[in-house]
Amino acid sequence: MWKLSKYIFYDIVRNKVIIAYTLFLFIVSLLLFNLEENSAKAILSLLNIQLVTIPLISMIFATIHYYNSYEFIEMLLSQPLSRSRVLWSEFLSTAASLILALIIGMGIPILLYSSNADSFALLLTGIGLTTVCTSIAFFASVHSRDKARGIGIVLLLWFYFALIYDGFVLMILFNFGDYPLEKITLLLTALNPIDLARVSIMLKMDVSALMGYTGALYKEFFGSFSGILYTGGIMIMWIIIPIYFAVRGFNRKDM
Amino acid sequence: MLFISRLSKFLQIAWFSYIALWSAGASANASTVYVGPNHAIRSIREGLQKIKAGDSLIIDGGHYKEGNLIIQQAIVFMGINQPVIDGNLEFEILTISGKNIVVSGITFMNSGKSATRDYASIKCIDSENIRIENNKILNSYFGIHVSNSSQIHIKTNWISGQAESEQTSGNGIHLWKCNHALIENNHINGHRDGIYFEFVTESSILNNYSTENVRYGLHFMFSHKDYYARNTFIKNGAGVAVMYSREVTMESNHFENNWGAASYGILLKDISDSWIFSNTFDQNTIGIYIEGSSRMVVEKNLFKENGWALKVQASCNDIQFQYNNFLANTFDVATNGTNVLSRFNQNYWDKYDGYDRTKDGFGDIPYHPVSMYSMIVEENPNALILLRSILIATLDKAEKAIPSLTPENLVDFQPKIFPNKL
Repeated sequence: MWKLSKYIFYDIVRNKVIIAYTLFLFIVSLLLFNLEENSAKAILSLLNIQLVTIPLISMIFATIHYYNSYEFIEMLLSQPLSRSRVLWSEFLSTAASLILALIIGMGIPILLYSSNADSFALLLTGIGLTTVCTSIAFFASVHSRDKARGIGIVLLLWFYFALIYDGFVLMILFNFGDYPLEKITLLLTALNPIDLARVSIMLKMDVSALMGYTGALYKEFFGSFSGILYTGGIMIMWIIIPIYFAVRGFNRKDM
Repeated sequence: MLFISRLSKFLQIAWFSYIALWSAGASANASTVYVGPNHAIRSIREGLQKIKAGDSLIIDGGHYKEGNLIIQQAIVFMGINQPVIDGNLEFEILTISGKNIVVSGITFMNSGKSATRDYASIKCIDSENIRIENNKILNSYFGIHVSNSSQIHIKTNWISGQAESEQTSGNGIHLWKCNHALIENNHINGHRDGIYFEFVTESSILNNYSTENVRYGLHFMFSHKDYYARNTFIKNGAGVAVMYSREVTMESNHFENNWGAASYGILLKDISDSWIFSNTFDQNTIGIYIEGSSRMVVEKNLFKENGWALKVQASCNDIQFQYNNFLANTFDVATNGTNVLSRFNQNYWDKYDGYDRTKDGFGDIPYHPVSMYSMIVEENPNALILLRSILIATLDKAEKAIPSLTPENLVDFQPKIFPNKL
């Protein structure tokens, strides 16, 4: 499996899209750090980029990569290799190359301009988010035969997690405003990996606001050790569950 | 300039009374009585009995547990070689009632604690021209408690308590019904309110450091024509509160790290004709919260990394916010209604993204400091979980283009392009 992952990884790293993605992140991060006199503000803008771009690129790239290497996968399956190993190696190497792009593209500017705990938390959640989105993309593409349909589903999922979901949360908060919603809100954030990433960064950046009325509760929860375990645990669940079902679907699939 | 002339007048009075007191002390028939382990008189109580007006009582070292000591004559009560007067957790340590008294250089500790009596380390009642300086007050219920007095000068004291809750603790420096008080260079921590003023007029609070008090760092009630400047208030339970007062001037104070659900840099309630300028608000949950106030000027302040820099309730009117700098606050301004009778002018907002084609240093497009999201959070605090969400950013942009929810007349017509010089 590792050997296979290695070969796929080498292949993807040379991909023009990945190189462009790395350059994009690198240039944008450098620009933001240079334009904003306050590095905290640059981190904030990077957070916005991270919440939109990273999921979008990761999901679409993983999907397109899956369909493009469909023939290669078919060829591999004719060899004495187990199906789950093949898909796992595809997943691991895709995620690894995207993470590498992120580390180079965003990590180096962060290291140069603002190497503090907040920035590294940003990078860490970025890595988590990349893995989660790759996993979701694999799940979506394994379950749809057609490339156009696969990309469509993935785009829809991205749109849902990045935008629509928060709309639902806002709607719930307003419609059930008369009830105590603190715990429900915590649960709701767990159901969206992008929200989870956002909240964990927010706790570092906006501490003062979060000590306000309800914020203190969130701070207390997410800031505590069990809260960190909870966030980390949910993130890992978001990685494992989609890829598990992707592998299961792939095993049963008529290629 | 009004406050400066007021201040200088006040300092003048303080200085003359100081001279008067010392010249009285140095008059021909004045004597000095020493008390201490190495002197003939070993007890302060005995020393106080031997002394008459105009004399000095000097306490030379030692640790004294003598219950409640009372001074009613014009004397200098001074410690050398760090004497300690211990209230044994059951007595009020020193009670002063008179004119022209100095208390200095003494460590007071362990005053009594009571739910029904206001025990203090130093209590002044019906006094005039009292100086309390260079003392240490440790583990007391109230530190210094002054009532119905005038010309009280409390200077360079270190007051440190061990308050646990509002109900079981007293204030560091407590003034009730006083006038012409000067409180400067004190350090106060671990009390209920660091400094408490009720019915105190024409007084000044300067250069104090008030931190980690259970409730407010400074608490004003019904205290008019006061001036406080260059004080530092850090990590107090609820910041600083100024209520039901008028003609208060607050200058160059520093408010930092006042975190909590009901925690403010300054809480202003029913204040009028006041002036807040050149203060720094750094990382407070709410920088300034204003309610029911009128005719105020808030200018040249720096608001940095606060949760909410300003919360201006709709019950305020005629408040002028000008030449302030707003940097990296989560929310710049929040309000609870659409009716706004305050004015914003020539502030620097780091969230402003307009342009300056006329090159006059002011943005060409007016800035609306209240975002739609801050209105949403005001109405539904749980929505704070959506902070920095893309949906919220989108809604805010839409609202900026076509305002519908945010108060239309809460606007800075001349937002600065570069920060104001403070």
